[in-house]
Amino acid sequence: MSTDPTPVLVLDHVSRVHGEAETEVVALSHASLTVARGELVAVMGPSGSGKSSLLNLAGGLDRATSGRVVVEGVDVTSLDAKGLAALRRRSIGFVFQDLNLIPSLTAAENIGLPLELDGWSVRRARSQALDALDRLQLRELADRFPDQMSGGQQQRVAIARALVGERTLVLADEPTGALDSHTGEGVLKLLRQRCDAGAAGLIVTHEARHAAWADRVVFLRDGVIVDETGAAPTADSLLAEAR
Amino acid sequence: MSVKQGLLALLAEEPMYGARLRSEFEARTGGTWPLNVGQVYTTLARLERDGLVEPVGGSDDEGRIAYRLTDAGRTEIDAWWLTPVDRDSTPRDELVIKLALAVTAPGVDVPRVVQTQRTATLKHLRDLTRLKSRASDEPDAHDLAWQLVLENLLFAAEAEVRWLDHVESTLSRMPAAAVRRAPTVDDVAGSPAALAKGASA
Ligand SMILES: Nc1ncnc2c1ncn2[C@@H]1O[C@H](COP(=O)(O)OP(=O)(O)O)[C@@H](O)[C@H]1O
Ligand SMILES: [Mg+2]
Repeated sequence: MSTDPTPVLVLDHVSRVHGEAETEVVALSHASLTVARGELVAVMGPSGSGKSSLLNLAGGLDRATSGRVVVEGVDVTSLDAKGLAALRRRSIGFVFQDLNLIPSLTAAENIGLPLELDGWSVRRARSQALDALDRLQLRELADRFPDQMSGGQQQRVAIARALVGERTLVLADEPTGALDSHTGEGVLKLLRQRCDAGAAGLIVTHEARHAAWADRVVFLRDGVIVDETGAAPTADSLLAEAR
Repeated sequence: MSVKQGLLALLAEEPMYGARLRSEFEARTGGTWPLNVGQVYTTLARLERDGLVEPVGGSDDEGRIAYRLTDAGRTEIDAWWLTPVDRDSTPRDELVIKLALAVTAPGVDVPRVVQTQRTATLKHLRDLTRLKSRASDEPDAHDLAWQLVLENLLFAAEAEVRWLDHVESTLSRMPAAAVRRAPTVDDVAGSPAALAKGASA
């Protein structure tokens, strides 16, 4: 694990307001949150509480009305569209509920696509894609098309895509939505492993069992962070508590 | 269930000394139910009195006496496996009582009570998950016992969080005045608490 103390993600009093005056909707209000290397943080809250808004702002898919979003030391709010797109391709991996795998591309091609878009050669992109598949022990899926894979396999490929290359921030919005509980738990294990290996992760989930894989849980209600569980305890206190 | 059935179940496998019964009991229940040797010997004495176990010969060089099941003991334990656990006699849950009181007591910030508990329960769930993720992928019988105990704790914590979510969303849909109103005798007579009382009486 890297010892770089710079947090991978910092949200500093981030707000997002849609519409104006009477039609104004505050999706997120003064949210502050830091995610370090090696950390997996879960976001929970009722539907409409601002979870997706928070994640989209963290990933530069949406712009804050006020406040700062800093990824890898770069103030996302100061980047133009091109700079933002480059940062997303290089540092940020997304897993969405609808997996967004392109049906006409194989697993390896789907995974390599963001790298190719970033100007890598097809060959280098493929070799990185195979590495990403290896890390998740999915090498045998490399040349399969999405419709030749089970839901769980597609989900894992989507995660491999989110983790390909040097990506240090992984954002997942209800990634276990359509999966049975065993497969869903496998997805969380993978994210956990990647974070243990040095990535930073932020995951939206409504299942306590899945949030339990995170180091911390952040609760949202009506766009406001209302509570946060503390950091994970040590192994000793764990064993004492389990008794 | 009591220590009694636990010891009978272990003795059904083979005769054992008190100290070994204690360590087996703890290992097999994943350490969730620590016993002291005194409890084991008192229970053995009662089982012997009731004719369910008997000593095997005299004490050995170290003064230990092994016990084995009698036929009556075996009948007893065989019946126990297939007798459903009596849920009416389980102890009342403090959290349920606390929230039932909180919604009717004036001046209690119920959403905060719910949130505080949920945070604590989620931490517990996270800790259990960590323990589980360290458990072996190829469990032997003892690991398996421990894993089953862990899973049970996980399911219980998960159910508690779901119930708390449910309480929260129910409260958020109710006008504040309705939540804080003191209950009348009529409310209480038909309430789940009253029904539960009737069922266990
Ligand atoms: N593009 C938008 N225009 C108007 N309102 C929006 C938009 N996106 C989200 N919202 C509102 O912001 C709030 C938070 O939404 P969201 O972040 O999607 O919540 P969650 O993911 O927790 O369900 C909701 O009230 C939603 O209706
Ligand atoms: Mg959402």
